[in-house]
Amino acid sequence: MTATATIDLAAPRTRLALGLLFAPALVWLVGLIVLPHVDLAVLSLRSRVAPRTYEFSFDNYRTFIDEPLYWHTFVRTAVMSIVATACTLLIAFPTAWYIVKIARGRTKSVLLVLCLIPFWVSETVRTLGWMILLRESGVLPHLLVGLGITAQPVEMLYHDATILVGLVYTSLLFMVVPLANALESLDDALIEAAYDLGGDAWSILRQIVIPHAAPGIAAGSIVVFMLTLGNYLTPTLLGGKNSLWFTEQIYAQFITRFNWEQGAAFGFLLLLLSTAIVWLGLALTGQRFGDVMRRA
Amino acid sequence: MAAPEFDLEVDRVTKSYGTHRAVDDLSLAVRRGNFFSILGPSGCGKTTLLRLIAGFLEPDAGEVRIGGQSMRGMLPNRRPVNMVFQHLALFPMISVGENVGYGLARRGAAPSLIRERVATMLKRVGLPGAEAKRIDQLSGGQKQRVAIARSLVLEPTLLLLDEPLGALDLKLREHMKIELKQLQADFGTTFVYITHDQSEALVLSDHVAVMNAGRFEQVGTPQELYYQPQTPFVAGFVGSNNRLAGTAARVDGEVVDLDSAQGLRVRARPSGAIAAGDAVEAFVRPEVVSLARAAAELVAPLQSFAGRVESVLFDGANSAVLLREEHTDAEFRVALPQTGRFANLRAGESVAFGFDAQRAVCFKLARA
Repeated sequence: MTATATIDLAAPRTRLALGLLFAPALVWLVGLIVLPHVDLAVLSLRSRVAPRTYEFSFDNYRTFIDEPLYWHTFVRTAVMSIVATACTLLIAFPTAWYIVKIARGRTKSVLLVLCLIPFWVSETVRTLGWMILLRESGVLPHLLVGLGITAQPVEMLYHDATILVGLVYTSLLFMVVPLANALESLDDALIEAAYDLGGDAWSILRQIVIPHAAPGIAAGSIVVFMLTLGNYLTPTLLGGKNSLWFTEQIYAQFITRFNWEQGAAFGFLLLLLSTAIVWLGLALTGQRFGDVMRRA
Repeated sequence: MAAPEFDLEVDRVTKSYGTHRAVDDLSLAVRRGNFFSILGPSGCGKTTLLRLIAGFLEPDAGEVRIGGQSMRGMLPNRRPVNMVFQHLALFPMISVGENVGYGLARRGAAPSLIRERVATMLKRVGLPGAEAKRIDQLSGGQKQRVAIARSLVLEPTLLLLDEPLGALDLKLREHMKIELKQLQADFGTTFVYITHDQSEALVLSDHVAVMNAGRFEQVGTPQELYYQPQTPFVAGFVGSNNRLAGTAARVDGEVVDLDSAQGLRVRARPSGAIAAGDAVEAFVRPEVVSLARAAAELVAPLQSFAGRVESVLFDGANSAVLLREEHTDAEFRVALPQTGRFANLRAGESVAFGFDAQRAVCFKLARA
């Protein structure tokens, strides 16, 4: 008989070691995610009836329904986030394809680093960079005047399109990486086989490439959608007062109005919204969350 | 118009990668209904040649004609050629039926027609009713058949096969060899098969081209390649062979006397012109060498040698012994006769062995 070293997972020492190993993750999960959310839930379900007197009520949620501005902002944020996610996907897919299937050797790594480089700068600075480019006295409007395309410098900030550009720019990397991973595992022979059997570019994309990359597309889209939906800085800076982003409403309730109860209710609504849309997206494309996260 | 005699003609095709000529001024013609194999070691350019025929690569010079038509500038999805890929490249995301029907659907065939043709084709390859199965539910051999069905359902002029048996285990490979040959005979489609496995090429093919360094060394029937190799490369690559290098000591038309570097003299039939003093190489097949316990058993015209058994390589019908010639230590591989006469042969025994000079072949070595 040969002696094999086995680790007995039930032994007290091993259990202790495992416990210690998981402790930081557990502290992080419970202390920074679960506890604050429980507290937010409690907060959102009470309303102030007199100074320092609170009672259980759904008033905060009723306010959201009764006040059109709130749920308009809510729907607008959702729609814009979906559009931003779709735009990011449209731009990231060819990028990832080029990096994985066409670029070779050094070019490949250089291109991936190029995707990463903008993230060496803080989001604030990056967004301010866009403002320098796009504001009325900025680089791009002057260039347009100089080229004779517009007579006057045009204000390019504070449009919905500007917000979208900023959001897509911020999200690109988070879409390119899971897409590149998914496409990397696609055997080139499958594409050649489809081509050999008479497939054209469109049918190969639709029937072979997209089904294969679906988990990567889903993972990238989920990450980008959540980042976009919860983004505060980019819509505020690039969209100005008209941006009407739901995170701004939450910020206003917590910080400006000091109405934590209302802010907590909004926060919960945003959480529900992102969960619902992610679930819907997965259901529509016939995928399971576990598969997506495992393969991405 | 009469159908052209050749389904595939490759006319002086060259393809280079940088300074490396992967396919070097190569010509080839394959008759209709033939099973044609291209046999060569890895890196000899056979995959490049196949990809040139399929249309994934364009030749630098020369022309590929399929069914008499020039394929210049024609994309793979327009060529009357289909390919069975090395790892089959079945589409894992769709069912077996959809895999087989993929090409027909791309041609815009009606769904009812596709269903019917797919069902017929699956029946012909021995997988009736497998339409709804997923690819990962199939065994290796079944995948093989689906890959072939997927191509043949399009009724191509030519089916290209890129070492499709390489990924299978030995037992299944032997089985699939026979199945492939039967399928080809059954469908009558021209097959061009590339492989580095000489047994696959010999068993399956009507004609084999042995390829080396971008060129064909020899094209012929498996029997011709085996019994009349034209070049040292073919003699060494096709079948197993004992190789002896040395100089030609004497040449008398039908027989060359070769003196090996170790001092062994053997006689062999010359292939091509050989003059005394040339550097030469002789090849003797293991089954050509006769084995005897006593030298007296080996009568003329056999040239006989004495040797010692180094090891017995028992492999059923393919059993052999490794011998060392007594004086020079030259190694010989000798097939054991099926009679069982040498079943009790042991390492270390002294034996006599010999072979007919006419059944050994000698080549002049090209000056390096």
